[in-house]
Amino acid sequence: MERIGEIMQGRVHSIESFGTVDGPGTRFVVFLQGCPMRCSYCHNPDTWAMDGGKMMTVSEIFEQYERNRGFYKEGGITVTGGEPLMQIDFLIELFDMAKDKDVHTCIDTSGIAFNRRNTAFLEKLDTLMEVTDLVMMDIKHINPTKHIELTGQENENILDFVAYLNERNVDVWIRHVIVPGYTDDNIDLYHLGYFIGQFYNIKALDVLPYHTMGVSKYEKLGIPYPLEGVPEMDRDRILEKKQMILAGIKERRKIVTPIHNHY
Amino acid sequence: MKPEWQDFVGGKWVGEVNVRDFIMKNYLPYDGDDSFLADATQNTKDLWEQVLELSKKERDAGGVLDMDTKIASTIISHGPGYLDKNKETIVGFQTDKPFKRSMQPYGGIRMAEKACSDNGYEVDHEISEFFSTHRKTHNAGCFDAYNDDIRACRSSHVITGLPDAYGRGRIIGDYRRVALYGIDRLIEDKNEQKNSTGRVMTDDVIRLREEISEQIVALKHMKQMAASYGCDISKPAANVQEAIQATYFGYLSAVKEQNGAAMSLGRTSTFLDIYAERDIKNGTFTEGQIQEFFDHFIMKLRLIKFARTPEYNSLFSGDPVWVTESLAGVGIDGRHMVTRSTFRFLHTLTNLGAAPEPNMTVLWSTRLPANFKKYCAKMSILTSSIQYENDDLMRVTHGDDYAIACCVSSMRIGKEMQFFGARANLGKCLLYALNGGVDEKTFKQVGPRYRKCEGDVLEYDDVMVKFTDMMEWLADVYVNTLNVIHYMHDKYCYERAQMSLHDRDVLRYFATGIAGLSVVADSLSAIKYAQVKPIRDENGLIVDFETTGDFPKYGNDDDRVDDIAKSLVKQFMTMIRRHHTYRNGFPTMSVLTITSNVVYGKATGNTPDGRKAGQPFAPGANPMHGRDTKGAVASLSSVTKLPFEHSMDGISNTFTVIPGALGKEDKVFVGDLDIDLSKVEQ
Repeated sequence: MERIGEIMQGRVHSIESFGTVDGPGTRFVVFLQGCPMRCSYCHNPDTWAMDGGKMMTVSEIFEQYERNRGFYKEGGITVTGGEPLMQIDFLIELFDMAKDKDVHTCIDTSGIAFNRRNTAFLEKLDTLMEVTDLVMMDIKHINPTKHIELTGQENENILDFVAYLNERNVDVWIRHVIVPGYTDDNIDLYHLGYFIGQFYNIKALDVLPYHTMGVSKYEKLGIPYPLEGVPEMDRDRILEKKQMILAGIKERRKIVTPIHNHY
Repeated sequence: MKPEWQDFVGGKWVGEVNVRDFIMKNYLPYDGDDSFLADATQNTKDLWEQVLELSKKERDAGGVLDMDTKIASTIISHGPGYLDKNKETIVGFQTDKPFKRSMQPYGGIRMAEKACSDNGYEVDHEISEFFSTHRKTHNAGCFDAYNDDIRACRSSHVITGLPDAYGRGRIIGDYRRVALYGIDRLIEDKNEQKNSTGRVMTDDVIRLREEISEQIVALKHMKQMAASYGCDISKPAANVQEAIQATYFGYLSAVKEQNGAAMSLGRTSTFLDIYAERDIKNGTFTEGQIQEFFDHFIMKLRLIKFARTPEYNSLFSGDPVWVTESLAGVGIDGRHMVTRSTFRFLHTLTNLGAAPEPNMTVLWSTRLPANFKKYCAKMSILTSSIQYENDDLMRVTHGDDYAIACCVSSMRIGKEMQFFGARANLGKCLLYALNGGVDEKTFKQVGPRYRKCEGDVLEYDDVMVKFTDMMEWLADVYVNTLNVIHYMHDKYCYERAQMSLHDRDVLRYFATGIAGLSVVADSLSAIKYAQVKPIRDENGLIVDFETTGDFPKYGNDDDRVDDIAKSLVKQFMTMIRRHHTYRNGFPTMSVLTITSNVVYGKATGNTPDGRKAGQPFAPGANPMHGRDTKGAVASLSSVTKLPFEHSMDGISNTFTVIPGALGKEDKVFVGDLDIDLSKVEQ
C-alpha cells in the first residue's frame, strides 16, 4: 500500500479489551462503525450508521493493544462491526501492522461487501487475506428469499465469499444464529450444512441461540425492534439444530448417515 | 521422632515450632486432574440435609434461631454440641448446639445487648450489670479515651466501620500447630517464651508476660474443650481425621472467644494433605473417607455464626464471618503448592453445594499446574464461590506460608498479625476540602476551618492544595483513633486463643484503608479535564456540581486519570506513615470494600464526578459502575496500576461477568470445534 504523508484513520465504534467469544483465546476486539445490512436480530444497531464513530489511526489502536499484550497471548485481534470490510483499506493497514508484531488476526464479517465482479475490491481483498489468519463468517440464512426478509440484502455474494475464502485457503469459522420462527427450520439448516459441506477450509461451526440483549439499544436509538415478541432461543435445542447442519455437511461429503428423526 | 510423626521427613520442625518447615519437607505437589475426587457419603448428605432444614428454620425465624443470653462465651463455657453425633466425623460447635449464637460481651456490652434485643432476646440482667459495672469492655475503654475530633469524625462517617464496639478480627492463629505438635508441647514452648522475656519490668515486658500467661490459659482450655468432645489434643494428631479435628478445635477456640469482623482459617489444605497422603499410602483411610472428613470440616466452618446487629449486617450486606482459607500458591523453592487436598477443599463446593463460607481463596500464580487452573475455572463457573489473589505479587513480601485474613489482608501465619483499621472515606474528605471542613450532610463543622474553594469553576490546582491539607488532617485523626482502639482491644478483649498460636514476637501490621478511590479519581479528573461548576446553597456551601465536557474515567486504562488514582494511594499512605502507631505497628493500607461501599456511599453527598448523594461507591478499587467502557482487560489494567507497596493490606476488585460472555452457556461453541467429519458425532 502506498501512503505518503498521509495517515489513514478508521471509524471505530468501540473497543472491547476482553473479547472471549470472537475467535480463539482472549482477544482485543475492534468494532468498526458502519454496516449496510439491517439484520432483524442485529444486537449492535448502534454500529449501523456509516458516519459517526471515533476516528482512530492504526498506531492508536496498537498502542492500546500493546499495553495489555500479555492478556492476548493465546488470542489476538478481531475486527468486527458494523461491517469491517466496508473499511478495507484501514483493515489492510491494521493487519499489516499486526503481522509485523506477530499478532493473530481475525475478521468477523457478514461477507456482504464481497463482489467478484468488482476487481478493484477483489485486489484489495487478496492483499487483506495475505495478513488474515481467520475469517468468522456469519451466514444469516441459506435461503435467498428468507435472507432478504431477514437482512434486507441478497445472499448470493455472501455465499460466494465463502467459496472465495476456500479458494484462497483461508481458515473460516461459520456462525449461525438460530432465531425461533426465522432461522430454525430444519430443512434450511440441512441445506446450510449441505452448502458448507463442499468447503474444506471450515474449521468450526458456531451455532448460537438468539437472545434479546440488544433490545435496550433499539430503545435508546428510538428504532422499533423488528423481532418484537420473538422469544429467545431455547439453549437446550441448539445441539439438535446443530446436528441438522452437520447432517447436511455429511451428506455433501458423501458420508452415508441417515437424517435421523429430530424433526 | 514421636510415634505420630512416623514416615514424616524430619527437619527443623522437629526441634522447634515451625509448621512451614514441616510442610516444605513433606508435602507432595499434585499435577493431576479432579478425576480422583469422591462423592458425598450418605452421612454427609444426611447431615447437610439437617443443616439445610435448620437454615430454613433460622430464616423463617427472622435470621436467628437461638441465642445465648446467660453465658459469656469462652473456650470452655459450653458443653459439647452435635448435629448427629453418630454421623459427624469432625465435631464441635461454638455453643452446646448448632445454630445457637454465643454471647460475646468483651468487645462491648451494649453491642451484645443490642444484638440480642434486635433479634428478640434479652441479655441476662446479671451479665449486663457485670459488664457495665465490674468488668470494663473494649468499647467502654475506647470512649473513655476518644477526643472531640474523633467523636465528630465517627458520627459524620468520614471515618467509619471502626472496630470499637466489636471484635477487630483479622488475626489468624496458626491452628495447624495444634495438630502437628499437640497442646502440651505448645504450652511447654509458651513457658519457655515467658522465661525468655527481659528482666527489667518495663511496660512492654509486663504486657508481654501477662499476654503469654493468658495464651497459656487459652491452650489449657483448648485441651479441656476438646476433651469434652472425647478428643485428646494434648499430643500430636496421628492421622488426617485427627489433624483436621485438632486444627478445627484451634479455630473453634478462637471463634468461641472472638466475634471478629473477619475470623479467617489460614492455609491448611496443603498441611492436611501430608496426613492424607500418609493415610492413603498406609491404607488407614480411603479417598471416600478422607473427602468425608473434609466435607464435615467445611460443614462446620459454614456453621460458624455470631450474634450481630442489623446495622452490622447492613454494613457487610449479610452476616459474613470471613472464614477465609488460602489455597495453592507457589513455594519459594519453585514448587507449586497444589495438592490433592487443595482439590478436596474446592470439591466440597460440589458435595455440599455453593456457599460464600468458608471463603475459598486461591493464591493464583501463572505457575500453578494447568489441571488445577482448569478445575478452578470450572468450579468458578459452576459456583461463583472462589476468590483469587495474586500469589506472584504477595510471595515477594510474605514468602510461601502466608494466608489471607478477610478478603485481602495477607500475613505470615503465626508470625504476623494485623490491627484491623476499617476505612477513611476519601470521597467525603474531598467534599470537606471544598467546603472548609463543613460536613455536606449535617452542615456541622467536622474538619478544620480551612479556607473553602471559591469561584464559579473549580480549579484543579486549588482543589488539590486544599484536598492535600484535608487529607493530612484526616490521616492524623484516623491514626489516633486506631491507636486508641487497638490499645483498648489488647487491654480488654485480648485474642488469647489466636495469639497462643503465634510466635512470641510477631510483626503487627497497623492496617488502615480508604474508601471512594474511584469517586475521588474521577472527580479530580472531571475538575482537571472538564469544567466543574460548584452549586452552592444559601449559606455558600457547595452541595452539587454542574459538569460540562467529557473527562477520562478510571477503569479505561487511561493514564491521565489512572495516574491520579495512583498518586492518591501513595499520598495518603505517606501521610499515614508519618504518625506514631500503637506497639510500633507497621502501617499498611487497603483499597478494599466488598460490600460496605453501599453504606459509605449513603453517607456521602453529591460528588464532582456526577455521582449523586447517597449513591453507592464502587467496591474496593473498582471503577465506578458503568464508567469502564472498554471491557475487562482495560478495566483491570487501571486497577493493576495501583501501587501495592503503598497498599500492602490489599487491593480488591469485584469482577462480575455474565457467563454467556465467556461462552459458557453456548456449549455448542468451544472455539476449536472440530468438524472433521470422521469425528462428527451422531
